[in-house]
This record gives sequence, C-alpha cells and structure tokens, in this order.
Amino acid sequence: MINAVLVFNNHGKPRLVRFYQHLAEEVQQQLIRETFHLVLKRDEHICNFLECGSLFGGADYKLIYRHYATLYFVFCVDSSESELGILDLIQVFVETLDKCFENVCELDLIFHMDKVHYILQEVVIGGMVLETNMNKIVAQVEAQSKLEKAEQGGLSAAPSRAVSAVKNINLPEIPRNINIGDINIKVPSLSQFM
Amino acid sequence: MSDVVERTLSALPALLGPQHPAAGPGRLPATSRLGSLIRSITALTSKHEEEKLIQQEIASLKAMVSAPTTTLRLMKECMVRLIYCEMLGYESSFGYIHAIKLAQQGNLLEKRVGTLGYDLQSTNLVEVCMALTVVSQIFPREMIPAVLPLIEDKLQHSKEIIRRKAVQALYKFYLIAPNQVQHIHDKFRKALCDRDVGVMAASLHIYLEMIKENSSGYKDLTESFVMILKQVVGGKLPIDFNYHSVPAPWLQIQLLRILGLLGKDDPRTSELMYDVLDESLRRAEINHNITYAILFECVQTIYTIHPKSELLEKAAKCIGKFVLSPKINLKYLGLKALTCVIQQDPNLALQHQMTIIECLDHPDPIIKKETLEILYRITNGQNVTVIVQKMYAPDNGWFIQTMNAVFSVGGDALHPDIPNNFLRLLAEGFDDRKEDEQLRTYAVRSYLTLLEEENTFYPQKFLQVMIWVLGEYSSLATDVDPEIILTRLHSLLKKTFVTSDTKAWIMAAVTKIASRTSCSKTIDKLIKEFSSSLDTCMRQHAFELKHLCEDKVLMKNLLPFDASCNDVVVDASLSFLDGFVVEGLSHGAAPYKPHHQRQEEKLSQEKALNFEPYGLSFASSVSSSGITGRQSPTGLSFGSDTSGNSAETGHKETNTLKLEGIRKLWGKEGYLPKKESKAGKPDEPQAASCGNLLAGRVTDPSASQSDQVSSFSEEEKEKQQLASTLFVGLGSNAGVSLMGKMDVATQKFKRKSKINETQNSEEASDIQNSDASTFGPLLDTVPVNKEDCEGNKHTRLRKPSLCSSDTVEDNLAFETPQSLKKPGLNDRLSDSRLSPLSLFADSNIEIFQPSSSALCESANKTSSVPSLPKELEELPHSEVVELCQSDALALYLCKVWKDDSLLLALFASNKKGSALNAVNLVFEKAEHFQILESPAHQFSVIEAQSVEHCQKYVWMDKICTQGILPGSISYQSEMESCLEFSVTLSLLDFIRPMEMTTEDFGKLWLSLSNDVKQNIKMLPSQDSLSAALSTLQQKLKLHIVDIIGNEGILACQLLPSVPCLLHCRTYSGMLALWFRSPCSALPDGLLYQCQKVMEES
Repeated sequence: MINAVLVFNNHGKPRLVRFYQHLAEEVQQQLIRETFHLVLKRDEHICNFLECGSLFGGADYKLIYRHYATLYFVFCVDSSESELGILDLIQVFVETLDKCFENVCELDLIFHMDKVHYILQEVVIGGMVLETNMNKIVAQVEAQSKLEKAEQGGLSAAPSRAVSAVKNINLPEIPRNINIGDINIKVPSLSQFM
Repeated sequence: MSDVVERTLSALPALLGPQHPAAGPGRLPATSRLGSLIRSITALTSKHEEEKLIQQEIASLKAMVSAPTTTLRLMKECMVRLIYCEMLGYESSFGYIHAIKLAQQGNLLEKRVGTLGYDLQSTNLVEVCMALTVVSQIFPREMIPAVLPLIEDKLQHSKEIIRRKAVQALYKFYLIAPNQVQHIHDKFRKALCDRDVGVMAASLHIYLEMIKENSSGYKDLTESFVMILKQVVGGKLPIDFNYHSVPAPWLQIQLLRILGLLGKDDPRTSELMYDVLDESLRRAEINHNITYAILFECVQTIYTIHPKSELLEKAAKCIGKFVLSPKINLKYLGLKALTCVIQQDPNLALQHQMTIIECLDHPDPIIKKETLEILYRITNGQNVTVIVQKMYAPDNGWFIQTMNAVFSVGGDALHPDIPNNFLRLLAEGFDDRKEDEQLRTYAVRSYLTLLEEENTFYPQKFLQVMIWVLGEYSSLATDVDPEIILTRLHSLLKKTFVTSDTKAWIMAAVTKIASRTSCSKTIDKLIKEFSSSLDTCMRQHAFELKHLCEDKVLMKNLLPFDASCNDVVVDASLSFLDGFVVEGLSHGAAPYKPHHQRQEEKLSQEKALNFEPYGLSFASSVSSSGITGRQSPTGLSFGSDTSGNSAETGHKETNTLKLEGIRKLWGKEGYLPKKESKAGKPDEPQAASCGNLLAGRVTDPSASQSDQVSSFSEEEKEKQQLASTLFVGLGSNAGVSLMGKMDVATQKFKRKSKINETQNSEEASDIQNSDASTFGPLLDTVPVNKEDCEGNKHTRLRKPSLCSSDTVEDNLAFETPQSLKKPGLNDRLSDSRLSPLSLFADSNIEIFQPSSSALCESANKTSSVPSLPKELEELPHSEVVELCQSDALALYLCKVWKDDSLLLALFASNKKGSALNAVNLVFEKAEHFQILESPAHQFSVIEAQSVEHCQKYVWMDKICTQGILPGSISYQSEMESCLEFSVTLSLLDFIRPMEMTTEDFGKLWLSLSNDVKQNIKMLPSQDSLSAALSTLQQKLKLHIVDIIGNEGILACQLLPSVPCLLHCRTYSGMLALWFRSPCSALPDGLLYQCQKVMEES
C-alpha cells in the first residue's frame, strides 16, 4: 500500500502532500521535513530507493523517489508494493501531469493544487494503485473538469488566470526561490532513470 | 484533517450542481486570491515574514468562512487557500468544520450520507465516480452500513470505471472493517471474473490482502490466478493495458505476489504455477525498467514457493542479471533478492562475491546497508571476524556509548583484555591528534555524567576504566573544574561497593590530577583522611601523595601529561643503589643473596626436595620490568623495599594494566582481527585448498572470473582476498575462496600496532617458500597468486599456531622459541647432540630402513607394494602399511617425519589388468588434524598394475594423544566404488626435538604458564637419570638440553612451533617430571607418553 505521496521542491517547500493514513498535522510536517532531508542528501546517480527506518513507524516502509528539475516526487510505500513498479508509477503520474498541464512546471502544481489532487486521485485511491493508463486518467480528469465548468462557468478558470498573471509579470522581479530558468519539469525518457 | 478538506473539495462540483446556480461573474476577482497569496509568499525573504503573512491570511479566511454572506464559490476558493496554508504547515483546523458544513450543503436538510447516497444514485457517470472516490478516501466506520448497499449495487453498473471504483471502495471498507464486508465475498469473486480487466485488477488488491492473512482459504483460486497471469503474459489483453509494450505490468506484479503467497510451503499448489512462472521469466525480455520489476517479482515468487530446481536455476541467473547490472536501482534490487535467498542458496553469494565486495565500498549508503545485510546472513564461525570489522564504528560518540554499554552489561565477567584494549586504544590514539583529543574528551564527559548519578553501581572494571580515563585526560575537558572531578573520585573512595583494587586506581588518578592542579582542598582532605586509614595500601598511597604534593616539580616530572604510552626505562639492576649497597657492605652487612639461592641453601640444609629449580626471583624481575610504571598504581610506589612487602607487590600486579603484550582488538575501523590466531588458523587449509576447487569448478562463474585474475590490479587483488575471507565456509564446498592466504587479506585491516611482534625474517621467508610449494596446484590455475605470495613479503606470514586461542602471555611466549631455534648448542652437550635424523636412526621405533634386499623381497611378494621416492627415503619414516584394499585397488601409507611437518605418503596401487580412471582420494575433516593443502587428491588415471602416489602434509590442530584421520578413496572400474580407510596418528608423530641452550631454556621456562608435575617410578633397568633421559630422547624425540647432577632439562616442540619444556629430577628411584608449555594440553599429552615409554622399557 502507498502510505503517502509527497511532492516538494529543491528547497523543501511542499507542493503536494497526500497521506493515506491518518496522521496528526505536526507529524505530517515532521515527516515532510525529514523526508526532504533524507532525499536531499542523496546524489543524482545513486539508487532511487531509500529505507526510511522508523520514520513512518515501521521498518517495513521505504521511500521511492524521483527528482524532476525543481521537484522531488516521493512515494512512501510498504513492502507490498514493487519498488520498480512504483518508480514507473511516478513516471506515469508526472507524464499525466505533463499531459494535463501541457509542459507542467512547479507553478502549475502551486496554482492548480486542486487539479493535481484530482489527477492523483485517479492514479492512487486510498493508497491503492487504481489506474496506470495515462490516457484513461486524462480522460477521467477531463470529464470531471468539464462537469465542473458546465456547473460554474468561469469559476475554476480563475486560478489559471492567476498563473498566467504570474507568468506574465516582470520576470526579474520574481523572487529568487523560484528558479525560472528551469521552471518546466522536463519529463525525461524513462531509460534515464534506470 | 486535510483529507476532510480534500474530500469536500472533490465532492464540491457535485454539490455545486444544478440546484445551486453558479454565482455571477461579478464576483470573480475574489477567486484570484490564491494567486495573489502565493505571489506575496514567494516575494518574501524570510520565514518570519511568511509566518506573519499566513497568519493574516488565515485570520481573513476565518472571518470570511464564518460570514454568513460568503457564497459557495467563494467558500471553495477559501478552502483551496486553506489547503495551501495547511500544506505549508500552518494551523488551519478552524476550517474543517466549515469544510464539513460545506459538504453538507448539497441539501441543507440532508445529512452527509444522504449527500453521498444522492450522488451514488445519480445517473450522471462522473458524479457517481467522484462520489465513489470520496468513499475510497478515509471513511468513518459507522457509515459503512449505510453506504454499503449502494456500492454493492454499483458493482453491477454497466460502466467498468464505476465497477472498478466500487471494488476499490469495498476494498477500503475491507481494510477498515473486515467483518462488515464478509457477506460479499462472493461479490469479490465476481469482480475477479469481471469481463473488464480494470475491475479484475482492482479486485486483486482485495485478494492480495485476504490471502496475506489466510492463504489456505483461497487455494481453490490458484488456477484462476494462474489462468489470468497466463493470459496477461500471453498478450491477450487489449493494447490499452500495455505499458511500454509490456502487457499490464502492475497486474502481473500483483498476480505474482498472490501466487507467491499461495504457493508458499505447498508443493501441490506450487505445482500449478511452475509453467506460468517459467513463461513469465521467458517472456519478460529485458527492454525496460518495468520488465525488471516483473522479473524481480518472478524471482521472489520462485524462491517463495515450493522449490523446483529448474526454475531456481533460471531465477538465480536472473538475480545475476540484477546484481551485475550497472544500473544502480537494479543492483540494489539484486542485492535485496540475494539477501532473501542467500540462506537457501549460499552458492549464489559465492558466484557474486566480487560484486558484493565492490558494493561494500559503494558510495550509496543504501547499497552498503543492503550488502551488510547479506554479510550478516552469511556470517559463520569462519568469516565472522572479517565481517564484523566491516561494520565499523561510525563516530566517537557511538564508540564510547557502545563501550559503556559493553562495560556495564558485561561487568566484571568481561575478559580482562577488553578494558585493557579499550584503554590502550584511547591512550595510543590514531594518527590524527585532533581526533584523539575529541575521542578522549568525549570519554571524559561521558564518564563524568555517569559518575554524577548517585547510587548507581558500576562493575569494578568499568569503574577502573572511567577512573583511569579521568585521571589521565580530565584536563582535556577544560571547562570542567578539576575540583569537581576530585570530589567525584573522593566520594567514590568512600563507597562500600568499591573494592580495594579500584581504590588504588582512584588514588592513582587523584595523584595524576593533583599534579596538574596547584592546590586543592579535596586533596588535602583526602590526604588527611587516608593517612590514618586502617588499610595499609591506602595509607601508603596517601603518604606518597602527600610527599609528592610537597614537591610539585618532581611531581610534574614524574607524571607528565599523556605519556602513558611512553616507554619507561626501568633500571632493573637497581644500579642507583650501588652506593647504598657499598656503604652497607662496608658496615659489615652480609652480601645479598637472591631469593632462590636463599631458598636452596635452606633446602640443602634441610635436605629437603627442591621443587623449584628456577627461582621465582626471575619471575618478579621479569614482571616488574614489564610494568609500564606510571599507568599503574604500582608505579607510584617508589619505596624500594619490595622484598619486605612481596605480598603486596603481587597483589598490586593484578591491578596493573599490562598493556605491553596485549593485542589491540578494537580500532577505529572496529574489531581488529587477530590475524595470527583464530582467523588465520581455520582458514589456512581452506585457503590452501582453493586451487583444487577452482580447477574442479570450471563451469562456475566465479571460476571463470578468476581466469581473468591475472589482469587485475592490486586493488582488485585485495578485493579478491577479502572475498576469500568473507565467503569462507559458505556453500556445499566449505572452502571456496578465490585467493590464497587469509593472512594477506586481513593484513590490510590491521592497524599498525605499536608493538612489533618479534619476527624472525629467516623464518618468514621460510614460510614463504613452503607457501609457494603448498600452493602449487593453485599457481597453475591462477598465475597471479604466485606473484601475490612473493610480492607480499612485507606482510607478516606466520605459521598457524596451535595454542593461538590461549591468551596473550602464551602468544608472546611461544614466539620466543622461534628466535631461539638457531643458536649453537651448549658445548657440554655437543657429543650427545644428534641430528634429527640420527636421533631417529638409533631408536627402535617403527622406522623402516629399506635395504636393497628388503626391497627386492617385497617386490617379489606383490608386484605393487610401493616404496618411497628417493628424496623421502632418506628421511625418517615408518613402514609402508596397507590402509585398505579391494579387488581393484590397494591403498598404502607411509608416514614421513619431516622436520617441519608430518608427511603422509599415500600409494594407490592398481591391481587390475586395466587402467583405473578418476581415482579420488579425500580426507574427511578431522577434529584434531589439519591437512595443509587440499584434503583431496585426484589421480586422473592409474595404469594397470602400477602405483601412483601422493603426499599430504598434516599438522595436529587440537592436541590429543592419538587420533584418527578418516578418508575415502573412490574409483571408477566397472562401476563407481568407494573404499573407506582411516589413518591413526599419534601425538608423537608431531613432536620434534627442539634445540636450545640452557640459558634460553631458563628464559623460556619462566615465560611459560601451563605446567604439569608428576612423579613416576623408574624401573630398575634404567635407574640412572641419563638412562631415563636417553629413553625419552629416543622414544619421544625430545632434545636433551643439559644434565646437571640429578637434574636434566629437555625440550621439544609440537609442530609447527609450540614448545614444551621438561625438567626431570631423580630421587630414590623416582623420576619427577615437570612440564611447561604455552599450550595447556600439550604437557598432559606428553606426560602420558612419558609414562607409557617408561613403563614399556
């Protein structure tokens, strides 16, 4: 079972946090911090699996992570999941995000948090892998957003307007902890990660 | 709680359905608040500012959500912002209730369940979908019954996505409350048979969980799962399910896991899945990451279920692919797989030993850790030392804490070497001065905290360690007032549980600290208190301290800081007292007589027996020079009148930290192997046997690896040597190792010891030579080894010692004779001195001196009674005896007593008219003996009526008077036959005379600890001492060192180099024998032999 899905950037700022078991708020934040420190310490060219010891309350858990441009995608899973399987699942998730947002970047995750959550819900439900077929996920998410749009017109378009507003403002003024130059998450070919 | 909010959000669109018309576009600006919030957050420069901003934001959100005028749309916006704040880790729990309220607003009259029910009954596909998604999130247990029927309904839904989510929701329910969904188990089965693959896949989650809990209940489904997997593997699924052209990989993984659980320990069920597993392995062509995932699951399943050798073989090959992969993730998984299977199949570890060695030093700690896990699982008696030292101490803190734990738990039951070694490590330190100081300071602080605790009892040894460290290094902790430490020590002195030994340590420590402080109330108090103590020892110490404190300069000189490792030159002759002696003599005092002389005089006056031929005075002088002085409380007593206080001296000696002769067991890298002892000994024969094994295992990958050995660099060689030590004792053939000498491999872990063990260079090269010959067969296969043996001349090669398990003193002791080997003999003995050969020649033990006529005679009797080769014939040897024979083959043995070993010459004689093929001679592992090379020998062919011979060198490993070395010889004639035989070896086969001078004898005698005394009756025929001694010389191969009056001294050694000394005295028809040896069992064994020969003659 997948215990948690965490996405944070190179500075440890959480961008997507999803726990599939109930944990107190402080514990969640603690976990995010510790996970970040664990992952940050690791070189690019060493393996993507990480035993996190008692971090999640049992030696059974491990972290499987991938690093895309400015973001770390970390899945915390127990022993019933296949490591390589999860590793590809992260790839599927990111590719799906890329499809939905067209050239996904960290800002998309910030401003479309709700949509990212919806997409994740189509891939992982209650800690179980539901769907791994990218096209189906995208179709399902689109159907939902269509319904939403039909219901309330321009409401959900607002955040995206905010994104474009941010994207269009004077770039040099953008604070330094967002690395504009490398803002797009490049979805690399899989072989790179093997 | 963010779950609640998210759940609400996902339900929102449904809630915002037609009955709640969307608000007008005029409100839009409010919704871009999230954007502006994020923008302002990212514009901030400090965490503090961010906090302030978020607090503001939350406050405004709070006001907004509570305001009755806030519209639903605005509410949603607020929720998103709340989630964002919460993700950043800010308290936003006030929003939860609003979120729940919001979720309930679908219809103000309906409760939440009702909302869900409404959604579930909806005809809108997406709405149902989202409702089911919500259900699958964290869901309150009490609500399950209310929703369950609706969801069960959805299992029949025409759309597969609905059915699928329904299954998922049911799975969630199963996890939350298994008993509530018990009645729908058949529905799960239906889902498993669903025509849509997605639904079926979803149901597998449930089955995996259920089978994990109770595999026996679902055995009947095995065939279904196998069928499904077959179809998946066979590519029967729609192309949609392909991921990188691999059919439904996640589904395969799931199925393989289920099969593994089902087939575990169940041969019948396992039988069903062999085919499909084979197929999976075959189909999974390596082209993508995900294929490796499937392969990995396959391998795990194959090793979990009832084994089938064919599949295991393939799986092992697969593991090889993982382990050898350059891709780090795959390597990790390969190691993980190895860890799982290593106990079932240790040979697999052998195949990959080189990879494992490389991974030990991998930059990735995760890989390292997994490798250590493997090592942990392959640990056995033979490689434990090498493995343990790979698990090094991470830092000072860890080391001190661990040692503290060891001392407090182990207490006084600890071997005295352990605290000694620990202190030695602290005192000697490493090459890095700064690091030493850190370690010492850490230790000081740690002990101070420990001593702070009142009423805690520590074992005496631990206390002594703490006290020593405080005394020696407390000044390193500059912020601690020495007065505090002194108070601690003072209070310890008054504790009743502190023994007088420990008190002496405390006084020493106090003195050391006192030398570094100007004046101290505690010290004055202490001196006052103990100057009148009833304990003479303490009183003495107090006086010493008092006097020293009066002369600070002297005190500083006497007790320099951190000089515990410096050698203290002891003037053993006490020459500085010469003036005093001369004065005494001039005043008419009697000249000094040594203790033993006095005793002898006394004895001779009393005409009593002197059982102490070599006076104890030697012993005391030797041990006093061994004291390093300042380290021990003894070192403080400069009162020279030791003779009057001998009891106390002896008592004090037990307190002394005798660091001189102690091996360093712990270093920065962890446990340092005792290269010369335990580790070396058992590995020797196996290491030596590797040549043979390599030759025999050509098909083995490790063997092919070794073919490339010649091109390996130095570093690789080291790795290989490490491998050979790590993988000792694994697998069916216990001694597989790639390279030869164990010693060489362990050498590199050994920290340079400050004590240089005396090493006779001549002897070292001697061993080198013998090594080269011992490794003969190995050299043929692996050319580099020869170079290795010779190229490592700097490494100290040492013959395995028989008494290595004994303690330090023994070790030191038996080193001495090696240097005593060569010196010329005492002149007085030169006439009676015999070369080893002649020694045997004139004895009447079974020595076969073949004359040409005898040879002819035997040759006539049977054509095939063998004779020794020329070069051996000249050496003392036994008769050729028959060990066993059959119609086809006879085996003969001749013992050749070589100077450095016992050589067994074995002759295999073919009695048939046709050649015998593949004759294999194997010695079994014997408790007492050790075959120096491979215990096996193969004659590829023995021609008709001819004899082949082979030689085996044997040492006695464990002392016994007589032991059996069993073996068997197998050969191929019409059929495979095997003959068993046994060789009886006696202790005397391994005893050789040892030449030395009387002086050396005296020195060695004193250094030996194990002694055995016995009086035996002499027969009338040999009532003189010389007659008795010559009997011993002839029959036991002892060397007579000297004969003085009615006493005689003899020496011999047990191969390879354990000395045994014998002192004989005759009196009134009795012969008093007194043996001494570093090895406790040897005197007993020899005494038995002596008694036997004396009775016989």
